[in-house]
Amino acid sequence: MNTLSDRSRDIGEFVSQPGDEMIICRCEEITKGEIRRAVHEGMFTMTEIRRYLRAGMGLCQGQTCSKLVKGIVARELKVSPADLEPATSRVPMRPIEMKVFANENEDEDE
Amino acid sequence: MISYKADVIIIGGGIIGCATAYYLAKNNISVTVLEASDYIGNGGSSRNGGGVRQSGRDPRELPLVMYGIRNLWPHLSEEIGVDTEYHQDGNLRLGKNVHHREILQGLTDRANKVGLDVRMIDGDEVRKIIPYLSDEVTVASWCPTDGHANPLTTTLGYYKTARKLGARFYTGVKVMELRKVKGELRRVLTDDGSVFEADQIMVAAGYESRKLLGSVGIDVPMTRSLLEALVTEAEPHLFDQMLGTADADFYGHQTKHGSFVFGGSSGFEGFNKDNCTPMTSSITAPAICRGIMKYFPDLADAKIVRTWAGWSDKSADGVPVLGRVEEVPGLIVACAFTGHGFGIAPAIGDQMAKLIMSGTTDIDISALHYDRFKAKI
Repeated sequence: MNTLSDRSRDIGEFVSQPGDEMIICRCEEITKGEIRRAVHEGMFTMTEIRRYLRAGMGLCQGQTCSKLVKGIVARELKVSPADLEPATSRVPMRPIEMKVFANENEDEDE
Repeated sequence: MISYKADVIIIGGGIIGCATAYYLAKNNISVTVLEASDYIGNGGSSRNGGGVRQSGRDPRELPLVMYGIRNLWPHLSEEIGVDTEYHQDGNLRLGKNVHHREILQGLTDRANKVGLDVRMIDGDEVRKIIPYLSDEVTVASWCPTDGHANPLTTTLGYYKTARKLGARFYTGVKVMELRKVKGELRRVLTDDGSVFEADQIMVAAGYESRKLLGSVGIDVPMTRSLLEALVTEAEPHLFDQMLGTADADFYGHQTKHGSFVFGGSSGFEGFNKDNCTPMTSSITAPAICRGIMKYFPDLADAKIVRTWAGWSDKSADGVPVLGRVEEVPGLIVACAFTGHGFGIAPAIGDQMAKLIMSGTTDIDISALHYDRFKAKI
């Protein structure tokens, strides 16, 4: 067990800062303040932040914002960004229409 | 080697563990939740299709889920301080042929027998509810009191509120063994040698529950199958209902965000490879897409942005194992939800908390007892 394990460890109170209204995840329009507040509500990992706020769930799947989000979360937790896991990437690599994705059996007779 | 003590230990940080922790913490019980992975809700809790349904359930678990839908889901968002996105707009299970009709009729009859309002409707009535459905749909079962919600925010909402009320959560802490002291279960040993001690210990660790229970001589017959799901980009609003099909080719709903979340199957669910983390195979998502397009031709152009996989923890008889384990005093179990643990989770959390605090539940859960599994002869 390391210091990151205890979800009740003291990370200080949430204090409003200038810049909290800045949009970080532009696909889902999530602000810096929302991300910082989410950390204080117990979301200590990139995965939980994503599931809780939708940051990283939009069209670009976090390609634009994830490094920024990681920096904000790490600073709030008073850890190095290297201590936070990378956000999980999943198939498909970019958005793909249902009819195209469905078409893997191209060679078979319809 | 460190030692910790609480009134209650919950092993498993999914929605079952988090909901139980919340209902306990709400009543000033000191509770510690131990989660083996680095994330709260990383199992089925965050991977399911969001169904909150009564229809299609085994009668043994129906009273619990109906209790939850009547008493807990309607105000859950306010109570746990998140938008659970709970919608009670009904559940349609779609069919295209005579075989489907038989399946749906059976489901409808079983539901009506236990007092649940489920009706059969024909294709035209279905298209009055959802005009975008293909003309091939000829029949559906319709349950007006079913619905859907967001499993990610609901799980994390229970976690956040339980934590705020004083429940302690540890992630990255894997429990290796349950240990009795003078005949009563009191301790759990973790992978780094720490010992946690409590008067009562609840095992809600999904598939891993089986191995843990084995350390005190209890076996729950269960297996796993790997299911997959996908999500589209935001689309114009099409429908509010939870959908499924008689053939189980797909199920899902349209979210508040506008994206569609659909699960489905390739047929290989019981045989999919365990890659140590739930991973999609290349054949399932295309199969789900083909399934969806047969019912929603208009969704052919919708773009898929993400796919994922998750384990369904299947009990030998299709319903969970729940309640006290009398032969191990202090042990409570809640596992093997067989792919339908989300909608019932608030009721489970509420009733397990009651069981822990008072020794009884409001709903009769004797049919879900751990030692119900008997040989066929």
